[in-house]
Amino acid sequence: MDIAGKLGRLRPMIGVVLLLLVWWVATVLEVADPVLLPPPQKAFKALYDGLVGGPLLTDFVQTIYRTVLSFLIASAIAIPLGVALGAADKFYRSVEFVIDFFRSTPASAVFPLFLVLFGVGDKTKIAVAAFGAVLVILFNVAYGVMNARKTRVLAARVMGANQFQVLTDVYFWESLPQTFIGMRNGISLCLVIIVVAEMFIGSTDGIGHRLIEAQMLFEMPTMYAAIFAAGALGYGMNWIFLTIEKTFVHWGGK
Amino acid sequence: MIARTRAAMRLVTGGAAASAAAPGSPPADQSEKSYRWFPPGTHITVRGLSKQFQGSPLYQDFDLDLPRGKVVSVFGPNGCGKSTIINMIAGLIPVDKGDILFDGKTIDETRIGYVFQNYREALFPWLRAIDNIHYPLKLMGLGRREREEKVQKLLSRFQVKIDFNRYPYELSGGQQQTVSILRSLVMEPEVLFLDEPFSALDYEMTLFMRDQMQKAFMETNTTMVIVSHDLEEAVYLADYVLLLTRRPTKIADLVEVPLPRPRSAETLSDPKFVEIKSHCLDIFRREARL
Repeated sequence: MDIAGKLGRLRPMIGVVLLLLVWWVATVLEVADPVLLPPPQKAFKALYDGLVGGPLLTDFVQTIYRTVLSFLIASAIAIPLGVALGAADKFYRSVEFVIDFFRSTPASAVFPLFLVLFGVGDKTKIAVAAFGAVLVILFNVAYGVMNARKTRVLAARVMGANQFQVLTDVYFWESLPQTFIGMRNGISLCLVIIVVAEMFIGSTDGIGHRLIEAQMLFEMPTMYAAIFAAGALGYGMNWIFLTIEKTFVHWGGK
Repeated sequence: MIARTRAAMRLVTGGAAASAAAPGSPPADQSEKSYRWFPPGTHITVRGLSKQFQGSPLYQDFDLDLPRGKVVSVFGPNGCGKSTIINMIAGLIPVDKGDILFDGKTIDETRIGYVFQNYREALFPWLRAIDNIHYPLKLMGLGRREREEKVQKLLSRFQVKIDFNRYPYELSGGQQQTVSILRSLVMEPEVLFLDEPFSALDYEMTLFMRDQMQKAFMETNTTMVIVSHDLEEAVYLADYVLLLTRRPTKIADLVEVPLPRPRSAETLSDPKFVEIKSHCLDIFRREARL
């Protein structure tokens, strides 16, 4: 590969280097209180120490576990329901307002309700995250189905597909590109809700819990480390989804 | 056999029967309700079909007999409902009134194939071309080996040079429409409907596809009904050209095209072909009031 090509590949890293440079210069010049803004190397050392055998690893794993579990529950409910609702679009129109309303309601607003229903613990966190994600995924799947190419549906019918086969063989696949958009939004939402829940709903672990604890103990490098961990998690999940999407929904936009 | 005869002898309300498939035997009874005799070799019968379109009648008491094992092309002025009639016969859109029977059977009891104009939106892009062709057989509940046998038989008969392991969007337009046609032929339909199947293709591809079509017909002898907006194509492909009037649509004429197959580019300049085409054009002009 020629030099220009190699440089092109490195281009996305320029922003990262720039950010670290600005951060480092700011700490050298002591623009902010060194306690509030530790130098980058300190933050990254905290991240390394925390992840290699430290408590941050447990928190990281716990947050992934809760996020993924809530997302799986949400998908298992929302995808079949969305396909069914989308195919019966008259019925969808009659429940659309309710779905739209709760989709627009900040999920954090239902924390107290879910606390009453599920008590203090993992169940509540996972339930709230799943609740938020269900609506986002459902909405996208249903729209994907409703926008299915009518010709394909007719083609399947004329070949002798019954109602259920049209649902599984055409509507499901037709809605898949939109379903993936819904799932990507859904898992981001799950992560946001789980991290917030870990901060405020009696937790003993999780990235959110680590953040709040670091703040109370004024352990700023740990806090930055936890923020980076959360960021890496969000970015990583999105990346995984995009990769699956590219191989799985290969026909998207064609 | 009895059931079939009974169905064929259904009681139909009398009226001007545009029974046109062949110069048929005359009706025996002139009373208002009669068992109407229809021409031997009739495959599809349409009786008393009515369809409103946005409040105005598109078809009113429409009768039609289409012959078995022939290619009939449907041609008529814009908006006369060429596609609508084949979609109603194929059961894709509901009729307001009337009966449509295939050999005395209803559409649900009949295996049909349908080739859409828009192949891009008719094939399943999530399946490879070969799996698209397998799909109707899967719906019929055939096992893998039986399906493979049928598909192989069909492909070896056509000998088209397409990489069937590709996805539809990786193929050219003509190849996609060929896959579409193969998909509709694989389940050996009793009737094959084609709605302007080549109108989205360029001219070169259209010529090629007409021959593919002709090959398909000569190989299978399936009853075919094809909508065309190109008179030359309509005559070239067909054994009968069904000419329709402006709405409310009636049959203007059913013109026989007794040219031998296989037809080729030379057919287009055959005096007989030219004569039939100009006859059709005259009728079309009269009906379209050009």
